[in-house]
Amino acid sequence: MSADRHYPLLLALLAAATVALFLLSLTVGPAGIAFLESMKALVSDKADGVALIMREIRLPRAILGGMIGATLGLSGAVLQGYLRNPLAEPGLLGISASASLGAVLAIYTGLSAAFALALPLAALTGAVAAVLVVQALAGQRGGALIVILAGIAVTSFAGAMTSLALNLSPNPFAALEIMFWMLGSLTDRSMVHVWLSAPFMLVGWLMLASLGRALDALTLGSETAASMGIELRKVQFLAVFGTAASVGAATAVAGAIGFVGLVVPHILRPLVGARPSRLLPASALGGACVVLTADILVRIIAPERDLKLGVLTAIVGAPFFLWLVFRTRRSLL
Amino acid sequence: MTLLSVENLSVELGHRPVLHRLGFAVQPGEFIGLIGPNGAGKSTLLRSVLNLLPAQGQVRLCGTDAAAMNARQRAACVAYLAQEREIAWAVPVEMVVALGRSPHRPGFAALTDKDRAIVDAAMRRMDVEAFRHRIATELSGGEKARVLAARALAQDTPLLLADEPTAGLDPAHQIALMRLFDSLAADGRSVVASLHDLGLAARWCSRLILLDRGRIVADGPPASVLTPQSLRAIYGVEAWFGEADGAPIVHPLDLATPES
Amino acid sequence: MSKPKILKRGLFATAVLGMAAALPALAAEPAPRRVVSMNVCTDQLAMLIAGAGQLHSVSALADDPRASAMSDEARAFAVNHALAEEIFLMEPDLILAGTFSARATVGLLRRLGFRVEEFAPARSFADVRDNILRIGALLHRQERAAELVAQLDDGLERLRAGAQSGRTIALYEPNSYTAGGGTLANDIFTAAGLVNIAERLGVTGSTRLPLEQLIMARPDLIGRSSSDYEAPALAQENLVHPAFRALSQQDAIDLPVAKMICGAPFTLDVAFMLQDAAKQERP
Repeated sequence: MSADRHYPLLLALLAAATVALFLLSLTVGPAGIAFLESMKALVSDKADGVALIMREIRLPRAILGGMIGATLGLSGAVLQGYLRNPLAEPGLLGISASASLGAVLAIYTGLSAAFALALPLAALTGAVAAVLVVQALAGQRGGALIVILAGIAVTSFAGAMTSLALNLSPNPFAALEIMFWMLGSLTDRSMVHVWLSAPFMLVGWLMLASLGRALDALTLGSETAASMGIELRKVQFLAVFGTAASVGAATAVAGAIGFVGLVVPHILRPLVGARPSRLLPASALGGACVVLTADILVRIIAPERDLKLGVLTAIVGAPFFLWLVFRTRRSLL
Repeated sequence: MTLLSVENLSVELGHRPVLHRLGFAVQPGEFIGLIGPNGAGKSTLLRSVLNLLPAQGQVRLCGTDAAAMNARQRAACVAYLAQEREIAWAVPVEMVVALGRSPHRPGFAALTDKDRAIVDAAMRRMDVEAFRHRIATELSGGEKARVLAARALAQDTPLLLADEPTAGLDPAHQIALMRLFDSLAADGRSVVASLHDLGLAARWCSRLILLDRGRIVADGPPASVLTPQSLRAIYGVEAWFGEADGAPIVHPLDLATPES
Repeated sequence: MSKPKILKRGLFATAVLGMAAALPALAAEPAPRRVVSMNVCTDQLAMLIAGAGQLHSVSALADDPRASAMSDEARAFAVNHALAEEIFLMEPDLILAGTFSARATVGLLRRLGFRVEEFAPARSFADVRDNILRIGALLHRQERAAELVAQLDDGLERLRAGAQSGRTIALYEPNSYTAGGGTLANDIFTAAGLVNIAERLGVTGSTRLPLEQLIMARPDLIGRSSSDYEAPALAQENLVHPAFRALSQQDAIDLPVAKMICGAPFTLDVAFMLQDAAKQERP
């Protein structure tokens, strides 16, 4: 099989692209620092302005871009495999929106100021609630359409509650921040955000990555998978909490970034021979590439405007989603 | 060793009793046809044996209490060929069949030579070798059914449960599948297959279990289970009974009149 | 001529023309006796200028100490929320509004026959002087207005006589906003003998200054503008960003935001404070 031989090459290319985009992300910014100077500042022990910018502004931004992208790509691939639904992804299923709601409640009530871990934990709780609601509505045999409809309901509700929480905040700035929570941004994130979210994302990744073989078996349906030795309860636990932990933490520090988890697995699926287990590492790397690229573009296109990441991912992702609905519309019902 | 024994098995689906205190045992070398009208509980019986449904009663698989087995131990004893021929992704046929080996491989281990040999043999037996590199979702319904049957064979278990495996197959492949199950039985394995085609059931199975409204109403050799009386009472049909090459032939002819 | 200067002159000319057109009519009319202000800046000027009992209501923001320098005084007046219905029931004979706020309300009140006078936000001390004189004329309180203008001019004179340190300063607000040329903050910095680094970077108006650029520009002083709203918001996270903290350890000054939002004689306090701060802190 050609996919067999090409698979290591594909992973190597994606990894190389991720590294290249990570480095590029470090060199893009309003301060206009030359490439070599910026790389030197990153490793030197000087504490001048350039070093400060590189270490405290651009490095966390690039790290978060890569990690959040990997989270979205990986969780999209897992959700599609787990639900056997080509339209599943954290954004469309309302997981991102619910995580946003959790994060918003933690931040604007001041809970996260008193107890920093409350932020990722609240986002995780929101994400778990969304996955469980969508799954309960759709059931194990729920069609693609039901899952998406459930996702729309959860997204709308979580969005409205987020908006309500922000409107009720006595802080006049809060009301304007709905954009951040709905579209996502990495502007001026710091190492504090990396330390807060990275452990949750890593734990989530481990849980999701362990699902490779189960997802392969689920290709033939949940009952056949169970007859092949797959413990469905364990798979459900890992899929739900792995997604919730990683997407929750990602959303808690960067808002909801849509469509990455939808588009990336779809583009890569034919390249890995459609095998769900092989799609996982490829989608993680692909997601990192996409979010890093989007975050580089927002800084190049409109450096002064603080363009939201979700705007770019939606410009590419929404037409793609429509095309996908068009292509699969017969099997949706 | 008894491969499967079922005692007092009862199943309720949404407060509606579907199976009532069923009991039977499957010995090595049997090819059992599970027959009965629509809604008799054939699929429910197969699925409850596999622990896919909550059930009351005792089920023992390969000599062990099924309730005490984990999914992997169960998968080493029994393979399942589901009625829905679901293949969610555009994967190659070869990968689908190789999935049958997954319960036997630890962790992320790759296929061994032995695994490959079993996969190849399964594909050969189901006559799907010719399209091993084709995309499984692009196959016809019958081809897909054979690929999935090859997948179940590749699991290489003493017991195979198949839910309407012949549906959608052309006569040649129906007979080929019956022959295959027969040869598995000859190897000392056992097959329990739910069947709607009474002709196939009568001709190929070593034993039939007739279900009606959640109860076993007859269990034995085809000739003793399929009688004019039982077909009239359970299926409500009149049939033609004959014999060819020492095997019974049953062919439903018309609906039975209620009085007769 | 630079763009902000054109802007300033344009505004000045408009203001003068507007006053000239209004004055003859005013002379014939009696002084307004029930004035309602629906903008936090006109609120404060009206409170400073109006005679006893002349001002009836001020906007809700006027008694918020984070936005208003005269929150204590504001409690003496009825509160409005810039809603047409509410103001209609107050039966005012003069309404003071800001040009940027509640456009629909202003239009509706005009259609209902009320007299609404709109004021552009002050972008310089010259604007402040104009606004004081205009409100003085509208309320028939010209002497009081002249008194305030004299206070303002006297303060500006004292600032000019003080140290002209020429040190650089950047305003840094929530959401990484700063004020460049053509803003009241810029005029305050200039009056304090400082150089606004945003203006030097070519920034005009109130706009985003990315943290990276702030760090690279290395201003001598950072005027931090942050209000304590009890509830947190992401907008203020840039003010606790580790990179900003590292930059602003010694030389950040917390600005009294309420005195900078609106231009009035009390705005001079900010300039005096900065002039002092520039004197004390030597690099």
